[in-house]
Amino acid sequence: MFSIVPRKYVSRLPNSCKVLKRLSSSISSSESVTNRKTENLKRDILQYRHIYPEFLPDPKFEFRNIIREKLERNDMIARRTQIDIPEFYVGSIMAVSSSDPHTPGKFHRFVGICIQRGGCGLRAHFTLRNVIDHQPRPWLERWERKNLQGVQDLGLPEKFYKRAQELAKPWEKYDLMKEYMQVFILLLFVVVITRTIPEEEQTEIFSEIQSKLQKLEVTRKQLKKKRVFVKPIKLA
Amino acid sequence: MFAKTFVNITRFKFSTPISKFHISSKRSEIQKMTRLRVVDNSEIGKQAMAEGKPPRCIQVYNKTGIGKIGDKILVAIKGEKKKAILVGLKQNQLSKVPKFDSNNIVLIDDTGSPLGTRIHVPIPTILRTILKEKTHGKGVDYTKLLGIASRFV
Repeated sequence: MFSIVPRKYVSRLPNSCKVLKRLSSSISSSESVTNRKTENLKRDILQYRHIYPEFLPDPKFEFRNIIREKLERNDMIARRTQIDIPEFYVGSIMAVSSSDPHTPGKFHRFVGICIQRGGCGLRAHFTLRNVIDHQPRPWLERWERKNLQGVQDLGLPEKFYKRAQELAKPWEKYDLMKEYMQVFILLLFVVVITRTIPEEEQTEIFSEIQSKLQKLEVTRKQLKKKRVFVKPIKLA
Repeated sequence: MFAKTFVNITRFKFSTPISKFHISSKRSEIQKMTRLRVVDNSEIGKQAMAEGKPPRCIQVYNKTGIGKIGDKILVAIKGEKKKAILVGLKQNQLSKVPKFDSNNIVLIDDTGSPLGTRIHVPIPTILRTILKEKTHGKGVDYTKLLGIASRFV
């Protein structure tokens, strides 16, 4: 700790009291710096659960196997060194290109919005959605009945909106019984389901692979800088 | 006040029984009596869809009785029996196989040639492999269907 203070100070200042003061302040500041660093690191690690959710194992107790999970994580890191997987979330618009055995000699490329992300470990998966060639109704949910704010006109016939108005329940948000009901159900069946991996375990998992992930991110950034924009050629 | 709340709780309990909650998603399998959507431009198919009387599956030609992509089925359409091929399903598919919002079929005749001349929705590329496998030397040739597809995904 003391080596942090430069020796010049000690020699220059005659008053030992002042030196001591400086020493003590420098010690506290250095401590705070290290504290901040660890805090930042911790925050980074906790951020990883959003960026790389597939590294966390299935919280179901019967599916856990520590060794298998570790091996899978190593495999995932090794795969990521070969293929560039960008950071994405549910709601991101992405393009996926892959080889297609059914059309030999051609790439299969699909552009869409990510609507689902699931699975963990090597069985992680995601779903892309897009509307191709005027399919009839691009959604299955009845969005006109959901009272969505800030959504453009859905382009549906008038009768859909009429029916939505008939079925609307604007009083429901004031209905306290709904909340009571939830409590009631909980009282009836006391079932404890672990829905998530605890924070301690998350930090353990991510601190184990953090250095490798950081290296990968750095290489990705370097590659991004190197990549040259190729203007698409107009066909026909 | 407490008594009032209790009464309310009990009333609520009887009005919505707990057994009515379903949280599992439906399987949307193709089986007998499933309504389907004709996606080619055959006369009978166009008419049936325009009248709002989509065809029903009345037989699935496989061992399980549950239609998967590329399977041949028998449909009841406008009082007639026609054979058809499943070309797009609502059901969850294997990875990289697209899943559609409707159960699409293309009508064929007994020799495997399609009744229409054009398919107006995208067709999964996996059908190339599946239909080729199902076509045997002298039997029915299903690959004619691929020729009238407008687009593959």
